[in-house]
Amino acid sequence: MTVVVVVAAVLVAVAALLALVRIERGPSMLDRALGLDLLTAGLVGAIAIEAAWSRRTETVPILVAMSLVGFVGSVVLSRFAAREPGSEPGSDAHASGEVPPEDRIDGQGGRQ
Amino acid sequence: MTEVDAGLWTTVADVAAALCLLAGAFLTFAAGVGVVRFPSLLARMHVVTKPQVLGLVLLLLALGLRVRSWSAVALLLLVVVFQLATAPVAAHLVSRAGFRTGKVDETGLHPNEMGEVPDDDPPASATSGPRAP
Repeated sequence: MTVVVVVAAVLVAVAALLALVRIERGPSMLDRALGLDLLTAGLVGAIAIEAAWSRRTETVPILVAMSLVGFVGSVVLSRFAAREPGSEPGSDAHASGEVPPEDRIDGQGGRQ
Repeated sequence: MTEVDAGLWTTVADVAAALCLLAGAFLTFAAGVGVVRFPSLLARMHVVTKPQVLGLVLLLLALGLRVRSWSAVALLLLVVVFQLATAPVAAHLVSRAGFRTGKVDETGLHPNEMGEVPDDDPPASATSGPRAP
């Protein structure tokens, strides 16, 4: 059981690190929202692995709270997504959702 | 928390929990690889939604097989229901925000169901706006 728990924990930790890479690299705010979603899921999975290893049930309410918090974060970030200059191909296809450059909340707010 | 007797069913539940743990961790790892390597926003949305939710469900199933108490299993079932209810909503909101802000390459979408939306007025004001005579 110890070998299984170590292997599973390493896999989930590597998944969380890859989510961090996507958060750092992501060209738009929505990619960062997806990375945060995966990071929250990795945290929930790590807590579940630890609880399955030591047969504890005290940390199970943390899982409920974390799943709801991840959903709310993803929804809020996609709700306030804004247009960004030159992020992906086909970015001139829609002109709706136009936001003035000083109102952007993305990481690269109107710099170029 | 739970009394553990060394019986046949305890061993069977532990082995099943170990298998579910490995499968769930591998699916979460696959979601991590996909979110780094996939090229577009919709592909990343897909890989964050489907394998990640299935991996998390498998990890929670392993936890429920390992601790065998009904209160913990009820809470884990609540987490599974939350995930299955909120992951499609979050993916839909992310992809719709990507469409609205022009981050999706629409040439690869063959039934492009959001292409007919006019560019200059949002559809909420088009349906509920005042109809001037």
